[in-house]
Formats: sequence, C-alpha cells, structure tokens
Amino acid sequence: MTAGPLSGGGRVMGALYRGADSDLAYSFRRNPVVVTAAIVTLLYFFGAAFADWIAPHTPFDPSTLSLGDAEKPPAWIEGGEWRYLLGTDNQGRDIFSTILYGSRLSLIVGFSAVIFSVVLGVGLGVTSGYFGGWYESTVMRAADVQLTLPSILVALMVDGVARAIFAGTDIKTDATFAIYVLIFAIGISAWPQYARVVRSATLVEKSKDYVAAARVIGIPSWRIMLRHVLPNTMGPVLVIGTIDLALAIITEATLSFLGVGIPPTQPSLGTLIRVGQEFLFSGQWWITLFPALALVLLVLAVNLLGDWLRDALNPKLR
Amino acid sequence: MNGGAARPLLDVRDLKVGLPTRRGFLPILNGVDLHVKEGEVLGVVGESGAGKSITGLAVIGLLEPPARVDGGEVWFEGERIDGLSGDALRRIRGARIGVIFQDPLTSLNPLYTIGRQLTETIRTHMDMGADAAERRAGELLDEVGIPAAASRLGAYPHEFSGGMRQRVVIALALCANPRLIIADEPTTALDVSIQAQIIGVLKRLCREHGTAVMLITHDMGVIAETADRVAVMYAGRVIEDGTVAEVVRNASHPYSHGLMGSIPTIGERVGRLPQIRGAMPRVGAVPDGCAFAPRCPEVRDLCRAERPTMMGGRTTSAACWQYSPRWPDTAGATGPEEAGPGAAADG
Amino acid sequence: MAEMPLLQVENLAVHFCLPVPVAERAMGRKPKVLKAVDGVSFAIGKGVTLSVVGESGCGKSTVARLIAGLYRPTRGRVAIDGHDVTAAKDRTRAIRRRLTMIFQDPQASLNPRWRVRDIIAEPIKAFGIAGDARETGRQVDGLLEQVGLAGADGEKFPHEFSGGQRQRISIARALASKPDLILCDEPTSALDVSVQAQILNLMRDLQDELGLTYLFISHDLAVVNHMSDRIAVMYLGRFVEVADAAALFAAPQHPYTRLLLETIPDLGMTGRDREAVAGEVPSPIDPPSGCAFHPRCPYADKRCRTERPELREAHSGGVAVACHAVEEERLPPAPAGGAADG
Repeated sequence: MTAGPLSGGGRVMGALYRGADSDLAYSFRRNPVVVTAAIVTLLYFFGAAFADWIAPHTPFDPSTLSLGDAEKPPAWIEGGEWRYLLGTDNQGRDIFSTILYGSRLSLIVGFSAVIFSVVLGVGLGVTSGYFGGWYESTVMRAADVQLTLPSILVALMVDGVARAIFAGTDIKTDATFAIYVLIFAIGISAWPQYARVVRSATLVEKSKDYVAAARVIGIPSWRIMLRHVLPNTMGPVLVIGTIDLALAIITEATLSFLGVGIPPTQPSLGTLIRVGQEFLFSGQWWITLFPALALVLLVLAVNLLGDWLRDALNPKLR
Repeated sequence: MNGGAARPLLDVRDLKVGLPTRRGFLPILNGVDLHVKEGEVLGVVGESGAGKSITGLAVIGLLEPPARVDGGEVWFEGERIDGLSGDALRRIRGARIGVIFQDPLTSLNPLYTIGRQLTETIRTHMDMGADAAERRAGELLDEVGIPAAASRLGAYPHEFSGGMRQRVVIALALCANPRLIIADEPTTALDVSIQAQIIGVLKRLCREHGTAVMLITHDMGVIAETADRVAVMYAGRVIEDGTVAEVVRNASHPYSHGLMGSIPTIGERVGRLPQIRGAMPRVGAVPDGCAFAPRCPEVRDLCRAERPTMMGGRTTSAACWQYSPRWPDTAGATGPEEAGPGAAADG
Repeated sequence: MAEMPLLQVENLAVHFCLPVPVAERAMGRKPKVLKAVDGVSFAIGKGVTLSVVGESGCGKSTVARLIAGLYRPTRGRVAIDGHDVTAAKDRTRAIRRRLTMIFQDPQASLNPRWRVRDIIAEPIKAFGIAGDARETGRQVDGLLEQVGLAGADGEKFPHEFSGGQRQRISIARALASKPDLILCDEPTSALDVSVQAQILNLMRDLQDELGLTYLFISHDLAVVNHMSDRIAVMYLGRFVEVADAAALFAAPQHPYTRLLLETIPDLGMTGRDREAVAGEVPSPIDPPSGCAFHPRCPYADKRCRTERPELREAHSGGVAVACHAVEEERLPPAPAGGAADG
C-alpha cells in the first residue's frame, strides 16, 4: 500500500526501454545464430513432414532393397554412388532416407511427449496453485520425489513396467505401441518442472486484483483458472517446452539407443545410431555418424531457439 | 548571471537526457534548467513521467546505461560535473552530494550492521580513525532521532522499521557533511503519520548544517511544508520556478495552477474538484510548441507553434506565452478543442 | 434513518493464521494469529459514502474484501439490503450483481491479455444482463462513454492506456452489472494528482446520476474529506472513531484522529513547522494490550493499558469514539478545526 505513484527513475527507465525494444521479432532478426537455428529446425520439420516425397528411397519397403547395394560409402568417397548420397547400411538402405524418416519419428515422439507433460504439468500446476491446501502439498511433494529420479531412469522404469504388463498380449510386437509407451515414459518424467513453474506463476496471478474482480462477480473457479490465470502463465511454459523438446528428442534417442525404444523395423535417429555403431569397427563409419550428426544438429537448433526465447521473454536478463 | 562568484551551489542548464532505441532517440528530458542556492530547499515536483527522478539521477551521474545525457551542463560548487569520470563523480556523490532514495531497504545493505555501513561511509570520505568514525556514527544516529543511538549501531537494517530505516539513510547521506542532498521521494514509501517525522528530521538537520536540499516528490503536501522554492516539471522540462508560497497559492503557469487546484485539501470541501483534462503526453509523444497546449484552457495558436521559454510571470517565472508581449489579448482563432467523449478522458 | 441500510456489517472479524515452520510446529509452537479485522460494525444507507481511513496495515482494505466475499469472516455478519450474505452460499447471483469493487492498482486489476471490451463485458455475461452479443456490445459502448472513453477504445488492450484511463475501465466494469454498492479500495492512490481529480469527479458524478452507494477505502484524509458523508477511522483492525465528515474534521475526538489530522502534509501548511510526533505503528501480529493506540497516546493511563475501549456514542450526537479518555472527559477539547480552517 504505497502512498503514491511509483516514480523511481530506474523503474521508469526500465519500463520505457522494454516498451520500445522488447519486440520479439526484432530481437529475432537481430540475432543471426537464432535465425540459422530457426531455419534448420524448419528444414527438419519440412523434411519430416514430407519424407514420403523427399526421400529418394523408401528404406522400409523390403521389396525395394537389394543386398548388392549394401554398405556403400557416401557418394564422394570411392565406391560411393550419387544415388546413395550418404551411403547405405548393411541391408542396402539409403542412409539419407532413413535419417529423414528417423527424424520424423524423433520429432513425433518428442512433440507428443512434450504436449503430454505440458498438459499434465500445467493442469496440476494451475489447480494446485489456485486451490492450495493439502492438494497442493500432495502434488508438489510428488513433483519433488520425481525430480530426485533422473528422467531417463523414470522413462526406463515406465517402459519396463509397460512391457511387463503387456507381455504376452499381441500388441507387444507392434511398433506403434512402442511409440506410445515411449511418449508416455518421456512425458511422465518431465511434468514436475511445468507444474512447479506454473504453480508459482499461478500464485502470483491469483493474488492480482483482476482475479479478485472476477471472484467478486462470482465467476466459477474453473473458469477463472482457464480464462484468466492460465493465459498469463504461458510465457515460461513456452520457454521450457522448447528446451524440453530438445531434451525429449535426446531421451528418445537414448532409450532407443539402449534398445528399449523404437524397434529397428521403424528406426528413429536413436535406433539408427545403435544399429550403426555395430559397424563402426568394421569401417562403415557413415552408418552411425550421419544419424548422430543429424541428431546433434536438430537438438542444437531447438536448444538455441529455446535459450533465445527464454532471454527474449525475460526482461530481467536483458 | 554568469558571474563565477554568484553561481548557485547547483546549476543545471538545458539538461537533455534521452534513451537510444531502435525507433530512434527517445528524448526524456528536453532541456531542464534549475538551480539550488546554498542552504536552500528546492522542491522539484511533477507527475510521474515528468522527468523529475531522471533529473536527479542525471545530476549525480546515476542514469541507467541505455539512457544518457545528451546535452546541457551541470555545475556544482563552481565546477562542471556532467563530464566527469565515474570515479570522480563517485567521490563527489559521497562527500559533497548526499543521496536519499525512496525505498530505504534498497539503500541499505541487509548483510552489514548499521554501524558498519555508517563508519565505512564516514571513513571513505573523511580522514578519520575507526574510533572517531564510530563516535561520529553514533552522533549521526542520535541527530536523526534514533533513540538509544549508540546501542543501535550493532543492529541490522531489518531490525528497524521503515521510518527508522529512512532515518538511517538520512544519517548516511549526512555522513561527510555534504553541501547538497538530493532526496528522491524520501517519504513516499512510508506511512502518513511517519512521513511528517521524516520531513521534520530532514528539515531540521539541513537547517542546522546549512545543507541545501533538492527534494524530488510528487506529493505537493510535502513540498508545501518543506521547500523554500519550487520547480514544477512537465513533460521533461521545468515550466515554473518560484517561491513555495507563490507556486502553491498563486501559480503563474496554467499547469501548476490547475495542478494545485486539483488537489483536495483537508481545510475546505468543494463540490467538484477543478480538474485539468487529459494527461501528460507520453515520453516521445511531446507535441511541438508548448507541451501543455493540448490541455491548456488558455491555449492560442502561438502556443502550438512555438515552445515558450521561461518568462517573468506574475510572481514566479513560468514557461508560458501569457507573460510575453507577443500574447494575443483576444482568444485565438481556435480555442480549446471541443471536449468530446474521447477527449474528456486523459490520454 | 428509518429505512433499512443498504449495507449492514456487525462485529465483523477475520483472523489469519500465519504459517509456522514444520520444525517449530513439532516443538509445539502455536501458529501466530493476525487479527486483520477485529470486530467492526457499521451500516451504510442508500446513496451515502462511508469512508474507512487509516494507515497501511490497519485492515481497511480487508474490510472491503470481506464484504466483497473475497475472504471468509472469522465471525460477524454482513447483510445487503437485509439479506444475510456472510456465508458464500447465500451470495446468490441477484445479490452479487448488486455489489462490485474497484481496486487500487489499475495495472493489476485488468487482465493484461483481455481486450477492454471483453473485460467490461464479463459481468454483463456473467449476470445475463444483455440478451445477446449485439446488446452486450451496445452496453459496453455505453459504459465506455459513461466513464469518458470512446467506444473504439474497447478494441484495445489495457497496456495501451494510461493509469487514469485504466481506472476508468475499472469503473466501467464495476458499473456493468448495474450495482447499488461499489467498494472502492484506494481507487486513486496509485494515480497522479491531476488524474486523481478527474477520477474523483467522475465517481461523484456517477453517484449523483445513478444513486450509487460507496464504501470508500483510503489513507488520504484530504481525499476522504472530499468524498465522504461519514468517516470511520481505523487503527489496528478496529474502528476508533466514526463521525460525519464535517464533524470529524471540525472536532476530531480520538487522539489518533487528532494525530492523523495534525501530521498529514497538506497544501495549506506552507512554511509551517510542526511538532514531530513520536512512535511507530505497532505490528498487528502482536498488538499492544488494552487500547492498541496507548503506546503512542499522550493521554494514556493505566486503564488504557489494560482495558480495551469499545466504540461508544460520544456526548455530541452522531459521533462514536473508542477511547477511555474521551469517555472520562479528560481530553482537552478538540483543537477546534486546527486543520479544518487551514
């Protein structure tokens, strides 16, 4: 309850500066690294979305494969062919094409996992921040417990449990089932950070008078949460979500690399790296190197975007 | 006016401050002229955004980086200080100009005792031993009215109430016997019944030590009680300068006049408060000519065309064409704009 | 005063439990209780403005929020037009429509992501006041014009407006449900003085036009003087003096009221020296025994330190004071208009 308008010169100055310069688009254009990262990410999205049309080969159709083309090196190396730009693997599948299809799977799994954890975490975060009491304590303690477990371990456990439960049923062998399990396993391991961030943002927003104004006229709680509080807590969620996308892709690759992820019949980038590393010592380095590079590039680009978003949306870091 | 001997303690001339942004250079102060004489309390008033805090910060070189001084001169004790290096300014700031900010909590380091902060400041600016500095710290706390001062030297800022903290900040500002104190909203964060105490302390000490004060506040009540002279700021300029009694009761500039009229007082009850329509233009959107013209009841074409300089008003000096021989007696071709539903609102 | 008051508040109190760390709770320490409001009674008739004035932390905003139903009272009763609304379930839609609130900070009281049009339309939709979307839009335009904005301003977002304009939007929203009673929680203390005058004038015009009743919360005695018919002075959760505005300023009874009037910087005080008044506002968590004001009171005696004074009708009619010294008539006569003739 201050006795008058705030008139600290510094605060006035900060507000002015932000008002004039905080435009997201401007900060984007000014930053060539971020522009590059965005272009790379978009290329991946494009390549993944239109893999069916772009890929020169359909690597998972056994009828198009010929063992005679197996283990060809990249095109610029002796013995390589321009038909197989990045070479082929032991079954004669085109590496470039498998990377396109693999990126698609990695992105689908990554996105779905992030959406899953956002929905779960944001839902729990807003409700626990808004209602408080024992419900809040329970949710937050659960989040604390889960944060003590490495996310890859949580994902491994979930994956193992799911496999054990569904063992013996015929859905077990289905590759799409493996994808659902992966999405759940990765998604469930990431919700606590959303819940925490959204809860604290909710606590801040809840105490603001626009919420009080809505309560005075009797707007129901769920509607206040949905229409008033939620939109004002989405800034940090966007930032974490972007950074988390990179993490989810890495986690998926790790799980697949460990062999609990996506089966080799429908390989993601992680599976490709795992399958390829068996050939590292016999000299076919391209089978694992190119998928690995593709993964690194994708994760790096998404991460850079996330970092930039965090800085651009947070005036305190300027 | 330029005689070196007659130069006032603090003399600010045509001070300009701006903020470089990607949409161009945003002017915040558009040429501030003011001065503080020895031992005098100058009140700088204005509404938020008028530039009064920025003026205070610019004078002592504490502007936050993207903003910078873009012209004008600042003279203090006959020395030009606006171009000085950070170090030289810092020495002046502690020793010859004391500073008091609005929020006492941010001016005090929560990790050190009051005594340590006082003695360190004293020893930085004065040639004094540890014991003498501590004695002086105790005396200072006593002077600002902290009971059992010597025993409170070991206390931490959080052990003090808001009013007591602000007293400590005043003691800190007075450490090195400065010639001038710049106080930016020193009472705004305090409770009403505490405000009076702080104003009282500041007034008494400055009178006793002969320290001049530049008191920056939006609170006309505080100014009315404390200041000898008042500079009224509007849209980054000083638009009126005169003794406090004249400015409060008989302001020359239509803005100051309207501002004083719009303040409800305890003494009288009126049906409707006289109000100035509209609001101060935002930074960067200050009109050509007189910045107050769009809200002025007396506006003429001249006001919109040309920016007035300070002129002798009835009793104070004011930046208003009314006091120029060029003022057309009859109302200009265009009177105040018709107050439609949109225009009646501020903005 | 034969007719039923629009708002009646009896012995209203709210106590907040302050959290105690788990370790200390295990050692048997009881949670501290903050008596934010501790037994407040008053009534406001239709078309009247009652102001509650006091320093920060005295509980004046909490009184407004209790009446608005934002906190659940620990004890006491709130009635609107004779309907008891103390319990949340008794706040029917028809009752809720009749009281709204205006808040202090024009920045925080408007959802930054909503267009002004939607902000003002929210109560209209919530109470089903307009039949359809077109009628809602028409009403929003009308409200915007009523508070001195233009209909086109509805398409903008709150951050595009100045503080004064935002407070006008708040007022438009408060008027949208056609209420009888508006709780005004420091509506102008975040505004500049010239804008404050505009908002105060607007509020008075609206009161004349619509017959509104105001509960006006403020720390600024001058503003309160300008706005009120009756004034309640609050100190540490309790009313210490309730009187008609003119009487309060002409002949303040309670020593705290006198102190407030004596210490508040005022335009009329040019060049005047004042006596420094000692003392600080005590913490409401651990209030002094007896009369909460006794540590700062020059007239305090033993009774004041031990026995809490109740609000009683003082000798002159229409003034209620909670002070032993006033009751025992051992106070010097009120500084007759020390400030009133400023």
